Amino acid sequence: MNRILARTALILLAAIIGLYLLLPVLVVVPMSLSSSSFLTFPPKELSLRWYQQLLDDPSWGRSAFASLKVALLSATVSVILGTLAALALVRGRFPFRNAVTAVLLAPLIVPYVIVGLAVYIAFLNLGLTETTLGFVLVHTCLGVPYVMINVSTGLVSVDRRLEMASMNLGAGPVSTFFRITLPLILPSVLAGALFAFITSWDEVVTAIFLSGPDMTTMPVKMWSGIRVQVDPAVAAVSSLSLLVIISTFLLMGAVKMIRKMIDRRASLTMNEGI
Amino acid sequence: MSVAAGTRAALRQPAPPSFASKIKNFLRIDGWGALVLPLLVFLILVFILPLFVMLQKSFTDPTFGWQNYTAIFAQSVYVKVLGNTFLTAAIVTAVTLLLAFPYAYLMTLATPKWRTVMLVLVLVPFWTSILVRSFALVLLLRDTGVLNSLAQDAGLIAEPVTIIRTMSGVVIGMVQVALPFAVLPIYATMRTIDRRLLQAAEGLGDRPSGAFLRIFVPLSLPGVAAAILLTFVQALGYYITPALLGGPKNTMIGELIVQQVSTVLRFGFAAALATMLLVTTFLLIGLASKYFDLQKHLMGQS
Repeated sequence: MNRILARTALILLAAIIGLYLLLPVLVVVPMSLSSSSFLTFPPKELSLRWYQQLLDDPSWGRSAFASLKVALLSATVSVILGTLAALALVRGRFPFRNAVTAVLLAPLIVPYVIVGLAVYIAFLNLGLTETTLGFVLVHTCLGVPYVMINVSTGLVSVDRRLEMASMNLGAGPVSTFFRITLPLILPSVLAGALFAFITSWDEVVTAIFLSGPDMTTMPVKMWSGIRVQVDPAVAAVSSLSLLVIISTFLLMGAVKMIRKMIDRRASLTMNEGI
Repeated sequence: MSVAAGTRAALRQPAPPSFASKIKNFLRIDGWGALVLPLLVFLILVFILPLFVMLQKSFTDPTFGWQNYTAIFAQSVYVKVLGNTFLTAAIVTAVTLLLAFPYAYLMTLATPKWRTVMLVLVLVPFWTSILVRSFALVLLLRDTGVLNSLAQDAGLIAEPVTIIRTMSGVVIGMVQVALPFAVLPIYATMRTIDRRLLQAAEGLGDRPSGAFLRIFVPLSLPGVAAAILLTFVQALGYYITPALLGGPKNTMIGELIVQQVSTVLRFGFAAALATMLLVTTFLLIGLASKYFDLQKHLMGQS
């Protein structure tokens, strides 16, 4: 009896926590459709007024494009550097292993405010603030640990006899990597890339330091839109941003399903051969 | 003759490794290991070096010496910000733990399907921008916000309850951000606990609550300790959430750093504040990594 009571209380608490985690994310969507400039809930009248404003104001489009460019470039660099480092971590031998690993994981621990200030001071003299290169350099630091962690996890489960077979049949190490290893760890690489992309796309703290009239990413533009007073256009941007993330996940799910279908096809034809 | 025999004996006996060869062996790096170098060099140049430039700035800007550090403690405004930073981080950690522990416990009891749902829910904050969530909380909690107007319409409250620009606003916002970092390590530890131990304790006559407190809670402590550390360290450095949901009285060190750079251009002073925060972070992490494998918890996050 007591136990049932305790379980019920536990489930109730978990439901409240779930609501607390989910509600703030979901509430922006209906509010962005409100026609009034005070963002009432529930909206008295539905309208696309704030989305229209996004289209009318070219500075939103500019910052969205800047963000997209930075996120794509830094995710690409993160994937290359992070995958190489993961290969070294899982298979390699190198001195000062603990210290090196600590450096590689440090971006996960150092508060972003400190990173922002440090790179701002360093980049000012180099003229790298308000440039795509500056943003990409910093966001790569922040995203690369996620690639490394994901790919390391994937690499551990790769059967190395497949690689040896490929080498025995005459393929070089580079060709073996691209034709055997990479396809095997591709899901982990893609997951790492997604992490790195979203880290950059959402990143606001270091971006505040690096942004200026010449270049402003979208989160910084949103930040200035809510810092002083609530700009309803930010609700529209937030909803669109959610849409991007949700569709990315759906896309990932679809890719996974298609891969599974192809795999099943492949195994079927192989069996037919026998 | 005897010399030759001696030589032969020496050849048979492997010579003790010389100091030089020991170092050579230690510094050995193979083809796979060399692949770490591009990222290592990149991070040293782009990440570590700027931190040292910042450290140097804190001692040299505007003049050489400790004056930036003494300035922090000379004015009560700044000391208050430091105190408030630690207080807020402590409250956030306590509240997060209070919510994360039962949540993680329920995850161990739930069916696989519900466990996945609970896991996805806890990861939602992970995937959505901190800015969007903090902004949404402002919309929900402000005086004219969703919750206040719903409660007023329902006749629960006569006047709107002010939450935004108070400590409770900051805590509500920050706990939401911190929850995944607490739930995941606690759940990871709880999952490994053998529930038959609880049955054994009950079989030996303990009450269910007694068995839970004496067996389950102590066994879950490593995960709880990791959760406390990760939450506290993270909370010290938050900027967006306290700046948006807190008032002038709730200023934390992150906001002060940005303020000092963007409004009064005191680079050296901001660098000193950041250095203090960085050293505190490293000390806490270093202290904690003595007691549990932090790398595992960081690596296990994804």
